[in-house]
Amino acid sequence: MKPPRLRVEGLSVRFHLPGATVRAVTDAHFEVRRGQCLALVGESGCGKSVMAHALMGLLPGNASVVGAAWLESGDTPPVNLIAAPEKVLARTVRGRRIGLVPQSPATHLTPVRTARAQLTEALHELGNPDHADTLAERAGLRPSDLDRYPHQLSGGMAQRVVNAIALAGDPWLIIADEPTSGLDRPLVEATMTELRRLADDGRAVLLITHDLRAAQQVADHVAVMYASRILSLEPAADFFTGPRHPYAAGLLDALPSRRFAAIPGQPPELTDLPEGCAFRPRCARATDDCGRLPLPPLGDNRVACHHPLESHVAR
Amino acid sequence: MLRAEGVVVSYGRQRVLGGVGIEVSPGQVTGLAGPSGCGKSTLARVLAMLLKPAAGRLTVDGVDVRRWRHRVPRELRGQVALIFQQPRLAVDPRFTLLDVIAEPLRAAHRSIEHARELAEEMGLTPELLSRRPHEVSDGQLQRACVARSLTLRPRYVICDEMTTMLDASTQAHLVARLEAYRLESGAGVLAITHDDELLIRWTGPSGGSIRHLSEMAPAA
Repeated sequence: MKPPRLRVEGLSVRFHLPGATVRAVTDAHFEVRRGQCLALVGESGCGKSVMAHALMGLLPGNASVVGAAWLESGDTPPVNLIAAPEKVLARTVRGRRIGLVPQSPATHLTPVRTARAQLTEALHELGNPDHADTLAERAGLRPSDLDRYPHQLSGGMAQRVVNAIALAGDPWLIIADEPTSGLDRPLVEATMTELRRLADDGRAVLLITHDLRAAQQVADHVAVMYASRILSLEPAADFFTGPRHPYAAGLLDALPSRRFAAIPGQPPELTDLPEGCAFRPRCARATDDCGRLPLPPLGDNRVACHHPLESHVAR
Repeated sequence: MLRAEGVVVSYGRQRVLGGVGIEVSPGQVTGLAGPSGCGKSTLARVLAMLLKPAAGRLTVDGVDVRRWRHRVPRELRGQVALIFQQPRLAVDPRFTLLDVIAEPLRAAHRSIEHARELAEEMGLTPELLSRRPHEVSDGQLQRACVARSLTLRPRYVICDEMTTMLDASTQAHLVARLEAYRLESGAGVLAITHDDELLIRWTGPSGGSIRHLSEMAPAA
């Protein structure tokens, strides 16, 4: 039996609008295994949330998707999340094999019902015989906390409630889509600790975020997404000490704890992506090749760039 | 000096600020930190004259603020600008980005040409200016909000978690733009954020102090 993993191969997502096509995800390749956390980082509008929605089968009707995303659970034949019918996704995948940790616990929970009612409903729907209290304790909540309404919970407690709901069907893959936006630093750190614990318990975690500090706290690998493409995929230790893609280096340099210098220019529109490398107009290392040649695929060197930085250069 | 003294605000029976004071000096970046829900945003709204406190005093360069929200006299209104955390909730969805930036100029019966210059400085192209908020990213919309805040050349700019939603590069760009405005105009900036690394970096160059709201509020 192979170990469970999510294997994404050549995934592309397009949205067809009147008079324009949005290229939201282009030719993505990556995998996430049990016990590991992959952080997908990038700025708002680069396509990372669309990726999450594609994996959950939650894209709107005007999207066209090519490629494959194999969910290899080990015990059953692999499911291609892109091609599987909605019935299969609803009955065997969402909640049962993939759990979603949503962007904002405050808006994800219904304000008119207690945390217990919402967690019990999830357990019942997913056919989990466990008691809500058991799950709450595993998520770091006291049973009495469950009797509160969402507005009576602190941000950190609400986060644990949605984590508990995400785990109600005992999924082995967790997709966390910007789980920390708007939280203060101690809460961000608490949320990341929770995600790390899930990975250490043997689950696979795909963390989607724009917060590099948060990613640094939990990720084993970091994928950088820019203008619909994954530009680099490196072990976290390499990424944070000596990233090889110029865009990744620019993002890290913009951190207040580093040079605090913005990357000049702005990302291109996803309706009007240039030929070759989309980062070329903003890149100090760009040459004429970058505009003409197709972008090199993410290969063994794990960076889609014609002129990558040397690894582990003292910066 | 933008000075608040003894500010008290309650929402219903919940007291949010119990006699808080703060000073924002011209030419400096003052930092304001504190955990989620401690009243930072409420204090920001009071300082921008958008919320009348139950008690306390607000002065802008020595002038007492006696009327609030839409009743603030015009000469006072343009003195303090506020930049919000979530740009999508801070703009009219029916406006184009140019309308968003030009709104304060229209309200003050001034030419809107200045709005185009500010937009260009923020890196917003003419093509983007004709779009509506749902057609641009959070980062582009927040750039427009920063441009809007500077149209009337305020003496004080209050940034309430301005960059929490944004990536590192856009954050660095927006802070650099406000620093350029501060140096050129001598305006005072209040930087509200719970990101300690950002606060240290932002307040450092002007030697401004960092205040913690939980320390400032006397027991309610």
